[in-house]
Order: sequence, then structure tokens, then C-alpha cells
Amino acid sequence: MPRAKGWRELPIGGIIDEPGSARELETGAWRAFRPVVDQEKCINCLQCWMFCPDMSVRVEDSKMVGFDLYHCKGCGICASICPVDAITMVVETEAAKEGEVK
Amino acid sequence: MRHLRQHLPGRRYHHGGGDGSRQGRRGQVSDFKALDGNQAVAEAMRQINPDVVAAYPITPQTEAVQVFSQFVADGEVDTEFVTVESEHSAMSACVGAGAAGARVMTCTSSAGLAFMWEITYIAASMRLPIVMMVANRALSGPINIHCDHSDSMGARDNGWVQLFSESPEEAYDNMIQAVRIAEHPDLMLPVMVMQDGFITSHAMERVEVFDDQAVRDFVGTYTPRYSVLDVENPLTFGPLDFYVYYFEHKRQQVEAFSHAKDVILEVAADFNRRFNRNYGLMEAYRLDDADVALVALSSTAGTAKVVVDELRGQGVKAGLLKPRVFRPFPAEEMVEALSHVKAVAVMDRSISFGSMANAGPLFLEMAAAFYVNGNGSKVPMVDYVYGLGGRDIGPSEIESVYMDLLRIADGGEVPNLVTYLGVRE
Repeated sequence: MPRAKGWRELPIGGIIDEPGSARELETGAWRAFRPVVDQEKCINCLQCWMFCPDMSVRVEDSKMVGFDLYHCKGCGICASICPVDAITMVVETEAAKEGEVK
Repeated sequence: MRHLRQHLPGRRYHHGGGDGSRQGRRGQVSDFKALDGNQAVAEAMRQINPDVVAAYPITPQTEAVQVFSQFVADGEVDTEFVTVESEHSAMSACVGAGAAGARVMTCTSSAGLAFMWEITYIAASMRLPIVMMVANRALSGPINIHCDHSDSMGARDNGWVQLFSESPEEAYDNMIQAVRIAEHPDLMLPVMVMQDGFITSHAMERVEVFDDQAVRDFVGTYTPRYSVLDVENPLTFGPLDFYVYYFEHKRQQVEAFSHAKDVILEVAADFNRRFNRNYGLMEAYRLDDADVALVALSSTAGTAKVVVDELRGQGVKAGLLKPRVFRPFPAEEMVEALSHVKAVAVMDRSISFGSMANAGPLFLEMAAAFYVNGNGSKVPMVDYVYGLGGRDIGPSEIESVYMDLLRIADGGEVPNLVTYLGVRE
């Protein structure tokens, strides 16, 4: 998240003049539950990636490698759609207590 | 105080011949026409030739866009005329066209302005230089189609510049200047041009209409800073704006208003240079040496001038201050103009219900202005709420206000802070 700008630095009229800048907005701050994946169970079908409304499932070399928690709102669609129950939704405050990195 | 508009155009202009046209000092040709206030505004809109007009008819504004729509039908303008099903849609269409980078105008009155409410805020916050004539009319209820200022006073905090016009001539002149004011790079704010519904919107008067080309040269072309149609530079207009940036965007609107007085005066100076009619933030009429003074907006100021002249003939030092600009409110200038008088009466054609003593908004602004800018001098000030729902205000009633002021100036008791003038007990 970049530093919040002062009124002199902003384009007038609430205009957003930088396309795609919404990715800089931390939408993950809303989250009450976070998805946690069990890589042992995951079969890399990528249905979670397909159904995620926020493009928050990270995929590298056709493998599901975790979540982008900066943008994940914790909707739970990934956990619901997973055919092998590899994803569980964990209460955010509990996960944060355990010191899990975003 | 100098008299800001003490001249008549005829004194300054050289007669160009018997055809009704006149040749100005700088070669500007103008015609004198018999127009009512709505027609005068339509004439200004024809000369400005805006890109888009979206409007919904409402009494007493209807005639302005009706006449303008005839100009569109006759091909006299290039304007895209958008007919809509309501004022909410009219202002929405104006906002959309403004975001596309068009020069946009519209007109409304009363409930129409109230119905635009949500979108007038959006027009201002999106910094779209829309120009709108408001033919002032009472707000319901009971239903009333006649003049008072409750519509535009209700809109006074919407973020629009507000200019009030005494006559069809001033409505015409203000519409032309409003375009330049709104589009000034330091402002980029929408502008409302007011005139009194029926009283001037439907009263035919002698209006000096300038040459088409001269008006087009004055308003120039509009180069928008942003356009949603600019595919090379994609933009998002009207995004969600929570507590992270909303306040900063409001601060930007405040900044624009801090330049508004200078811009209005700069545009007025150029208007005067080209067309030989002098406008300021306000007009002081025989105020220099006045003992007592009235503050009145729009057409009432015209009636008051007659009373001032009559009283002056009887040796009474009466004066008048007519604010032209209500937003931004020229507080310091108004106080300076009135600081020498012994008593001031503010004339309000609307009520701010539940405010201090149920006064009118102009009085409340003036009282605040005197408190902050009056250097501790306390000029006795009283409020006269008058003319609601189109009730006539005649010279005899205005004269009675001056008589009250003379008693107050003589050290007499201030009878009432607020008087409801002409209401039956």
C-alpha cells in the first residue's frame, strides 16, 4: 500500500487517472475468515483459481501455491468449491495470533 | 464606495444608425431586443452554442429550454439536446456529458432543482463546469409556482457558484460570464444563474444582445482537462471514495472556492472591456454616503432603487447593496460596503426554518460576516422576510422598511430581529 496522498497531490474530481490501480487497494483488510490450503490434499485442479472473484489464488507453473491475502476478502468460495476439502476457512484473529504471514 | 453600475449602456455607446443596432467603441455590434428573462437566457445559450443541453420543463423555467429547443430544431446551434423524463435524469445526463468533456448547460426551477439535488452534489464534486439557469420559485407545500428563493437557498451548500440577476439583461450577461467562470482552470465548478421566476423570467424588457461572434469570442472554446472518451488515457469517473480520500476531495472543492472571487472579478473585467457593462461581486447603489441601507437580491433590488431615488429626493440618505454573488459569499466586501451606515435591513425571500429567530439565509450570512469582519463595530441589523410564494413587494413596503431603519438609526429600539413583511395577522 503506497503512502496516502494529500489533497494537493490528487487529480481533481475524484478522477482515477491510473488504469488498474485498484490492485493497490488492500481489500483483504475486510476479511473475517482466511482460506488455508493443505498442500498434501491439493490435487491442483485449479477450480479455486477459476472461481475466486478476486484473483486471490496464486498459481505458479500450473500449481496452486497459496493465497494473495492482500486482496482476499475471505468469501470462502474456494473452500466451498474444492472437491477434496483441501481448503479450510480459519477465523482471521486466530490465524493472526498464530503469527501466520499474509 | 464606487457605484458599480451607475451607467446606462446608451450613454456609452455611439449610435450606429436607425436600425436599432449600435456600434461600440471597440467595434462590437449589439442589438436591443424586447425579451423576457427566459428568452434572454435562451438567446445567450444560442450564442454560446453548448455541446449538450439536457433539460426537463418546469414552470417558470420552461420557456427558456422551449425557445432553445427551437434553436436546436432550426439548426441554429450544434447542440445535442437530450430530452429526459425528470430533472434527476437531466442533471445526470449533464454529468455524463460533462465527464465526456462537453460544454453543458441546463435550466430548472423549484422542485426540479430539489429533484436534481443528489446529482448537483455529484456535478460539483466531479468538478464539471455545468452552467444552469434557475428561475427561482417557491418549494412545496402547498404547491406554488411563483417566486421566492427557497429553491436556490436550499442548494447553497451543494458546491455550485451562485449568481443572482436583477433583470433579463443581467440574466443574459450572467449566463455568458458563467461559462467562463465555470471553466476557469482554477475553478472547474458548476455555476447557477438565478433570476426571479415570472417577475423577470416572464417580464419583457429591453435587453441589449451582443453580436453572436463577439459572445463566441468571449466564451472561447472549452478544452476539458479530462475526458472519459479519451481512449489513450483511460480514466475512472465517480469512484467509491471512503474515509481514505473523501475528505481530501472536499478540501479540493474548498480550494477552488478560495479562487472563485478572483475568477469572477477577472471574467467581469474582461466582460466590461469587451461589452462595456461593469459587474462585480455586488452592486452598491447610492451607498457612498448612505445613513441606512437595504440588502436585497435580484428583482427586489430594482424596486428598491426606485424607492432609494424617491427617498433621496426627500433628503433621506438611503442606499442599497445588491449581492450578485451569493456563493462564494463576499463577506469582507459586503461588510466593508456597509460599515459606515447606521442601520441595515436584510431582505430575505426565503426562511431558514428553525434557525436563529427563524431568519432568512441572507441575514444569517450577513450577521456572521459582520461578527467576523466588522472590527467590533456593531451596525444594527434587522431581517425582513418577504414575498414568499410570489407575494408582491411594492415600493411602499420597501419604503416602510427604510422608515423602520431611520427610527433604528436614530437610536430607537430594534422592534423585531426578524419581521415577516406583508403577512396578514
